[in-house]
Amino acid sequence: MTPKSATGIPALLKTAFVNALIALVLFSLMVGIRTEAGSDGQLTYWTRFGEVAALVAAVFGGSIVIELLRQWIGPAGADKLVPPVVQSGMSFVGRYLAPVLLVFTVMVPVIFYDQRYILDLGILVLTYVMLGWGLNVVVGLAGLLDLGYVAFYAVGAYSYALLATNFGWSFWVCLPLAGILAAFWGVLLGFPVLRLRGDYLAIVTLAFGEIIRLVIINWQDLTGGPNGVSGIPRPSFFGIPLDNSDSGLAAKLGIEYSSSHRIVFLFYLILALALLTNWVTIRLRRLPIGRAWEALREDEVACRALGINTTTTKLTAFATGAMFGGFAGAFFATRQGFISPESFTFQESALVLAIVVLGGMGSQLGVALAALAMIGGFELFRSLETYRMLVFGMAMVLIMIWRPRGLIGHRAPTVYLTKAQAISSDLVKEGHG
Amino acid sequence: MSGDKILSVDRLAMRFGGIVAVQDLSFAAERKKITALIGPNGAGKTTVFNCITGFYKPSGGTIQLTHDDGRVIALERLNDFRIAKQAKVARTFQNIRLFPGMTALENLMVAQHNALMRASGFTLLGLLGVPAYRDAEKRAIDLATDWLKRVNLLDRADDAAGNFAYGDQRRLEIARAMCTEPALLCLDEPAAGLNARESAALSELLLSIRNELGTSILLIEHDMSVVMEISDHIVVMDHGVKISEGSPREVRDDPKVIAAYLGTDEEEAVAVMESGS
Amino acid sequence: MDYFTQQLINGLVLGSIYGLIAIGYTMVYGIVGMINFAHGDVFMIGGFIALITFLLLISTGLTAIPVILLIVLLVSMAITALYGWTIERIAYRPLRHSFRLAPMLSAIGMSFVLTNYSQVAQGARVKPIPPFITGGYTLHESADGFVIQLSNIQIMVVVTTIVLLAIFTWLVSRTRLGRDMRACEQDQTMAALLGVNVDRTISMTFVIGAALAAVAGLMYLLYYGLVDFFMGFVAGIKAFTAAVLGGIGSLPGAMLGGLAIGLIETFWSAYFSVEYKDVAAFSILIVVLIFMPTGLLGRPEVEKV
Repeated sequence: MTPKSATGIPALLKTAFVNALIALVLFSLMVGIRTEAGSDGQLTYWTRFGEVAALVAAVFGGSIVIELLRQWIGPAGADKLVPPVVQSGMSFVGRYLAPVLLVFTVMVPVIFYDQRYILDLGILVLTYVMLGWGLNVVVGLAGLLDLGYVAFYAVGAYSYALLATNFGWSFWVCLPLAGILAAFWGVLLGFPVLRLRGDYLAIVTLAFGEIIRLVIINWQDLTGGPNGVSGIPRPSFFGIPLDNSDSGLAAKLGIEYSSSHRIVFLFYLILALALLTNWVTIRLRRLPIGRAWEALREDEVACRALGINTTTTKLTAFATGAMFGGFAGAFFATRQGFISPESFTFQESALVLAIVVLGGMGSQLGVALAALAMIGGFELFRSLETYRMLVFGMAMVLIMIWRPRGLIGHRAPTVYLTKAQAISSDLVKEGHG
Repeated sequence: MSGDKILSVDRLAMRFGGIVAVQDLSFAAERKKITALIGPNGAGKTTVFNCITGFYKPSGGTIQLTHDDGRVIALERLNDFRIAKQAKVARTFQNIRLFPGMTALENLMVAQHNALMRASGFTLLGLLGVPAYRDAEKRAIDLATDWLKRVNLLDRADDAAGNFAYGDQRRLEIARAMCTEPALLCLDEPAAGLNARESAALSELLLSIRNELGTSILLIEHDMSVVMEISDHIVVMDHGVKISEGSPREVRDDPKVIAAYLGTDEEEAVAVMESGS
Repeated sequence: MDYFTQQLINGLVLGSIYGLIAIGYTMVYGIVGMINFAHGDVFMIGGFIALITFLLLISTGLTAIPVILLIVLLVSMAITALYGWTIERIAYRPLRHSFRLAPMLSAIGMSFVLTNYSQVAQGARVKPIPPFITGGYTLHESADGFVIQLSNIQIMVVVTTIVLLAIFTWLVSRTRLGRDMRACEQDQTMAALLGVNVDRTISMTFVIGAALAAVAGLMYLLYYGLVDFFMGFVAGIKAFTAAVLGGIGSLPGAMLGGLAIGLIETFWSAYFSVEYKDVAAFSILIVVLIFMPTGLLGRPEVEKV
């Protein structure tokens, strides 16, 4: 809490004392007095001075520890914590990390075949990896700040859910449709608003995300409102159902049916979708459109001077990102079998954005690692229950302070003459839009 | 002035609210020649540039570009990226606008965006990796390599543009503009911030662009040594109007120009103008 | 017509509350150029502190309502301001010269922290209070029996807002602090060179913004008679929308945007549908920005090339 590092024991104690005093004021009412509405609607309260004392003591002790650490390590900062040797080493590791991670991911269903929990977690992480990669096109490459990405996820999910429950269309027909519809909405939103800059674009995308959610809640005839859509068909193995029936896949292959089959299938399905996203993005980066996206992030005026149509370039980025969001949404719907507006709140958008930024904008590997860390970490704290979001929020703050440019702090060039050199993220712009 | 005009600006006017930045300005730039636009600070030169390159929409007047094949394009009706794309007018910026987080080579590849987009079948064919696109990309890299060689930056092709020294950034920006294969190259103070050696190299580069490639050049410049050495024709502006034009010699001897540059103190003005010759 | 007038009154009251929160957004944006996502939650904290102070004061047997209100106002402003100050110190100051998205993410994280802090500390249930300020005036009674009501609490909200705005305008335009703030807005480096204590000025911006949010929280508590831990999110988004609608960075714009959002919401609920009132507010934001890309009172961005 104190900006200057204190020198000497008296100063140290003084700092800690001031911090403890601040904490006392902050926590006195909010923690010290617990209010609750009684059965008759009358508000009652009781005191919790013990908790306040404990918190203040913790702040006092914590300040001393942090100050001491700061004096030992020197001025704290990412540079100090991550020495340059390690940073340059990371790109070396990165080269091998990606294939190792991929092989491991492919092996997960084999290793943890009977551990439903791990497989479910793996599916969840991969869903966020895919969402992160999708949003990465918009935020990381094109530099357009999108705070309403969840809208496209919702469009994809509801497209599949409604088409499948109302018309009985199969997942494999609906999947591309969900992507196309999401992309269509991306263009519809993007067309009027993409000339907005910076934070104006951010708030408009946020508003759009909220509009989509509110319409879903209120358009009860179509979407079921807050009750959501249930009974969404599970995906089939290209037409062959994954169930216990005689025509199911297990029966056709002549193996014994197990409910794990479907989970494993879902795992590989989302893995394939995520890898498709990754492959397309990597491909696009090396095509003129992808370079134009990155150029747009670097300097929009220069792009225009080079004859690049910035509007359509932004639109394609927006639509591409939205399309991947739509695919992920359709997958989410088929995995859950039930969707409701609660799954598509701003928190989801914030989470995906956090994954992209933490990953290091534009870095595919970074996004995957960030998704793993965030979703996995979130899972680790499951036992904390209500404290979980609290810890999650604190982690977000601390991570940003620790590494504002994300885990992978460099950009790989898309083309080279002699040798591809990683570009330090200090040079890479974030875009204005 | 006679001859083959590539650009003719006629009665151009630009007002911002009540402020008149450019008024009733007419001049022409000849094909395969270097035309310089000079004048004291605040004369309205960059405004003229922004009108020509589509960043501003002129309040009045016409700007005509005549291509080699006789096609005439009214620039004041085009805006934004279309001037670069359709009219083939490329420009650089007074305060250098490279893509700092991209390599020199990437910067030059972005400049070839429109040609490569067509070759990649507007991304779809490129995504599938058709050979035609790969050939086009190879040609684009060759063109970029060629320009990196010309501006003497070949060994730094894979370095981030943001890491380049100032003078190198200037040259890279010119190379990037040239990679769009323009009919008219507009340079906004290309020699600003360069040392004498770099200025000389710049003059040489611009002359080689004119002589070897036949690209017409329009430039704004304060560095009189560069202007006087390379310009075929000079237009002098002050307070938004043209006060003189002609060959370097004619302009240098024009008392109006001297007065504009240094108030009424002609002696001092003469000294400055001569130091540039 | 009577119905219309009544809605106009309701809309202005709601708009005042949004405006007070929006000022916090716009001030912070103007001076450090970041969206303070946690500001809506600061408003929520302000509401809670007001509620708790109320409860404590009543249990001491104090009955003079003006005295209670004054104490509650001062206590909630002071403590909430300290929250604002602490948030800036912990989550934003280390990222001041960092990349644009880092402070924003940090702010979103801080918003999660505050929401869940208050959920953990005060429980998830809605906290109602009995109506404190009752009574009002009947402005007009039409033949068919429709009555235009102006309640005391509505008067209080609007009057408090006007008084605070007056103080605040004086603060920004006439005092040393206000001059420092405007200097930091223009150019922080230059301001520092000229002897402005940038750190302190930015801290003060957060403190003032949080204090105004606390007032909004108190008004909300009195007007709606309840608080809950999640109210910061929706109110925050609305207020931020108001700030952007008015032209982010502009103080009169924030108030104007707040009033506009309040009126849009109220009238939409009254004449069309309550369910779609937020959709209406957001849609109008999008439409306004399409035609006026820097909001109603925002300075147009001049593109330097």
